[in-house]
Amino acid sequence: MANIISDETIEYVGILAKIELSDEEKEQAKKDMGNMLDYIDKLNELDTEGVEPMSHVFPVDNVFREDVVTNGDDREKILSNAPEEKDGAFVVPKTFD
Amino acid sequence: MSLMKMTALELGRKIKSKEVSAAEAAKAAIAQINAVEKDINSYVTVLDEDVILKRAEQVQKAIDDGGISGPLAGVPVAIKDNMCTEGILTTCSSKILGNFKPTYSSEAVINLERAGAVILGKTNMDEFAMGSTTETSFYGPTKNPWNTGHVPGGSSGGSCAAVAANECFYALGSDTGGSIRQPSSFCGVTGIKPTYGTVSRYGLIAYGSSLDQIGPVAKDVSDCAAILETIASYDKKDSTSVKRDNYDFTGALIDDVKGMKIGIPKDYFGAGLDADVKNAVLKAVDVLKEKGAAVEEFDLSLVEYAIPAYYIIASAEASSNLARFEGVKYGYRTDDYESLHNMMKKTRSEGFGAEVKRRIMLGSFVLSSGYYDAYYIKALRTKALIKRAFEKAFESYDMIIAPAAPTTAPKLGDSLNDPIKMYLGDIYTISVNLAGLPGISVPCGLDRNGLPIGIQFIGNCFEEKKIIQAAYAYEQTREYAECGLC
Amino acid sequence: MSKEYEMVIGLEVHVELATKTKIFCGCSTEFGGAPNSHTCPVCTGMPGSLPVLNKQVVEYAMAVGLATNCTINQNCKFDRKNYFYPDNPQNYQISQLYYPICINGGVEIDTPEGGKKTIGIHEIHMEEDAGKLVHDEWGESSLVDFNRSGVPLIEIVSEPDMRSAEEVIAYLEKLRLIIQYLGASDCKLNEGSMRADVNLSVREKGAKEFGTRTETKNLNSFKAIQRAIENERERQIELIEAGEKVVQETRRWDDNKEYSYPMRSKEDAQDYRYFPEPDLVPIVISDEWMAEVKARQPEFREEKAIRYAEEYKIPEYDIDIITSSKKLADIFEETVAICGNPKKVSNWLMVETMYLLKEKGIDADRITFSPKNLANLIQLVNSKAINGNVAKEVFAKIFDEDIEPEAYVRENGLTSVNDEGELRKAVEKIIEANPKSVEDIKAGKVKAMGFLVGQTMKEMKGKADPGSVNAILREIFGISE
Repeated sequence: MANIISDETIEYVGILAKIELSDEEKEQAKKDMGNMLDYIDKLNELDTEGVEPMSHVFPVDNVFREDVVTNGDDREKILSNAPEEKDGAFVVPKTFD
Repeated sequence: MSLMKMTALELGRKIKSKEVSAAEAAKAAIAQINAVEKDINSYVTVLDEDVILKRAEQVQKAIDDGGISGPLAGVPVAIKDNMCTEGILTTCSSKILGNFKPTYSSEAVINLERAGAVILGKTNMDEFAMGSTTETSFYGPTKNPWNTGHVPGGSSGGSCAAVAANECFYALGSDTGGSIRQPSSFCGVTGIKPTYGTVSRYGLIAYGSSLDQIGPVAKDVSDCAAILETIASYDKKDSTSVKRDNYDFTGALIDDVKGMKIGIPKDYFGAGLDADVKNAVLKAVDVLKEKGAAVEEFDLSLVEYAIPAYYIIASAEASSNLARFEGVKYGYRTDDYESLHNMMKKTRSEGFGAEVKRRIMLGSFVLSSGYYDAYYIKALRTKALIKRAFEKAFESYDMIIAPAAPTTAPKLGDSLNDPIKMYLGDIYTISVNLAGLPGISVPCGLDRNGLPIGIQFIGNCFEEKKIIQAAYAYEQTREYAECGLC
Repeated sequence: MSKEYEMVIGLEVHVELATKTKIFCGCSTEFGGAPNSHTCPVCTGMPGSLPVLNKQVVEYAMAVGLATNCTINQNCKFDRKNYFYPDNPQNYQISQLYYPICINGGVEIDTPEGGKKTIGIHEIHMEEDAGKLVHDEWGESSLVDFNRSGVPLIEIVSEPDMRSAEEVIAYLEKLRLIIQYLGASDCKLNEGSMRADVNLSVREKGAKEFGTRTETKNLNSFKAIQRAIENERERQIELIEAGEKVVQETRRWDDNKEYSYPMRSKEDAQDYRYFPEPDLVPIVISDEWMAEVKARQPEFREEKAIRYAEEYKIPEYDIDIITSSKKLADIFEETVAICGNPKKVSNWLMVETMYLLKEKGIDADRITFSPKNLANLIQLVNSKAINGNVAKEVFAKIFDEDIEPEAYVRENGLTSVNDEGELRKAVEKIIEANPKSVEDIKAGKVKAMGFLVGQTMKEMKGKADPGSVNAILREIFGISE
């Protein structure tokens, strides 16, 4: 296997992805990601020199809305799925940073 | 003929002619759901009977008043559980959205409701549409109605199984890498993945935004054309929505393929393709040839690069799209936490299943500092090349024909241990998404074990009508095969 | 002996654009309102919602770019910046990294040494603002309000061209004025519609290499910026002198305690995983569109200053104050157009208006009175219908309530008495009542006349023209001008 995923890498990806893995899951994740990277490294065979990266598949551009207020106060709806709500706001554990 | 064996359009006509009422149709669907759902598990949520019947009566009244007159008026439908439905649980088959009731409906659902659809419930899927078997659902796997020891395919496995098992008259699915076409083929039903931008994505809970499209799943091509005609619209709420010149997809239901030029990509018929599948598809091609189509083999090229490119792009987009689920605004929140970041982390770790985590982590990695060019940009360049290869093919052919999947439905539990093997099952469908093209999967026979096989018609962008016509013409040569569940 | 150091400063300036709606949805950008009352599925990151770009945002960003000599990227795109924080509902911010709308610009500032200097602008990009996290002081939780989530911002990223706090302030003042003149934002630091993050490093004077820089955030006034820069300069020099290393980090300034502290936490990898936003399509800016925006550009301060000197012939000092705010300049021009007398109009703006603004603690762009009423007031004074003191009183009313001066003067009986006979009668009465002053004047103490003028004004209840009273007194005492 060409791609060896280190503990540090899995730890780091966990921080980026905001996912916490048990030790067992970590081992599995290292293996899975290594295998997957080996597989997608297949793209390296392909010469893509000079090819423009394509993010949008069709040349559609300039889709705009006019600067006109269309939404009213929909607070109740917006908050209706909140795990915790207080005074019309979403509640999260206290944070300082 | 039992009510539930009708196609959506047949039922629509009976409702219009007052032979059947919308409520009778809904009751028949509910009865079938009650009868087979414990074996199939097509649905995450079935609406309460009185809610369904109330809606059916409301639609019936509108039909009687002349307010609604479309071909799908009063016909019961099932919606994949990644499309928002106002006031109805929408889970994406995930624990993390286990209690989420959207306050708005997706545009495609609104379009259906305007046409008089009666929603029965929300269908099971691979969690967040990540998977090819519907086994990654938090709410248990859906079983293949043809053989409950097998998977229905995925990720729209619930929608396809529900149609096959007559638990609805038609369904909506979504297709990011084959998620409509592959389970359609596994379940012996017909499904269309439209050209990117044809059906609004507003209200579709995103997996890979640049690839996702909503499409119809039904018993035949005519139903699919009528459904697509109903759900397709130019939507100002979706910036990637495309204004099409015409939405008259049913106008293409013509039994004629004379002079059509069909390309058969040799690279799709090589190693890895099951012999029964190969034979069935090639036999179908022969039928088209007999009906006057000009068939030719060609090299599409780049086939083996589509899956790696897809997994980079889809996982990267998914890692970002699914960042919003963290227990602050909606959905699941872990019971026990120490701080804000700990709360978000635990919520996500407990709320997402293994396959979703796997893709989020892969996506986070390929976008991370130092890897973006090597993986993400490389994948976007590959996508450009794949698009170019299709463009070149469509200079010579009206359409391309391929299998929808290399095999028929695998056994339950066989795919999960080896993710890459599962990913390889999407080899014939994925590049269609990368290039934004339309594709339709139509049943074309059974394998040695009696499991359905699907043939895929791939069209150039905005040329749904060509593939609908060819698929319809092919379909006229055979009978709809029942799974035997009703 | 300690070495000599210089600072290298670059700025990231966030400006809230003056659109009516948010950047990607039709929610109002209005300030205030109950928490989450200006929100919808899009700006709260509801599953399935999609952004649609507000065209006005592009036009404002383009206008600022053109006014700061930038090249407009005629093919620009949005990207996603991924990071987890609850004020950011999608946990990604839609911003621009790879193809920002404006690049390679710059503005000229006056340096403290009296010279001119160009501060380069690396890029200007469009992005969405975050919501607000309100920390419950006593409880265990924080509250999230998404009213500001999705308010359009432009971020103006300068080159590291500034060398002192004074240059930083001059650059910010310059940007603020340009953007205010364009009407693209009100640029208020204290209200957060203009925010500056300071990237600062120090190096030995003459050194070619840059030192390690830090980024300081949370600067809500020019004073805070000045203090934070001085503080960071000293902190970095101390570190270097002590043989320690400056750590590249983001620091948060606490203006009450006058110190900064690092913001970085373990959970913050600062790896934003930017990639092209798949939910938005590219923006293609044609030459015609650019020309249209350019044609709508207002006359900027420098051009105004030249024209004012030529056309209105008012002193440079006046020009400087009047053009320091687009609003003041507009009022000036409109008032002069009605009543002429540019110097008088200028005086009213520079003296009374500035006094009242300062007293009430408001900015010039919040002025609400109409040029028409100021012009009428000036005409009333010119025609001697009211005297200067009455005029000031009436102006205070105009400033507060934009009253019509003529009607107000009439209704409150403030018209000056200009009847010669009536005035003379009053003067004679005062002379009679003040023999001591009369003696003083006759003895050559002309100053005493002022007292008699004052007494007469009092007798007339303020409604006389002091000039006329003075003239009558001089005539009586035979004193020439």
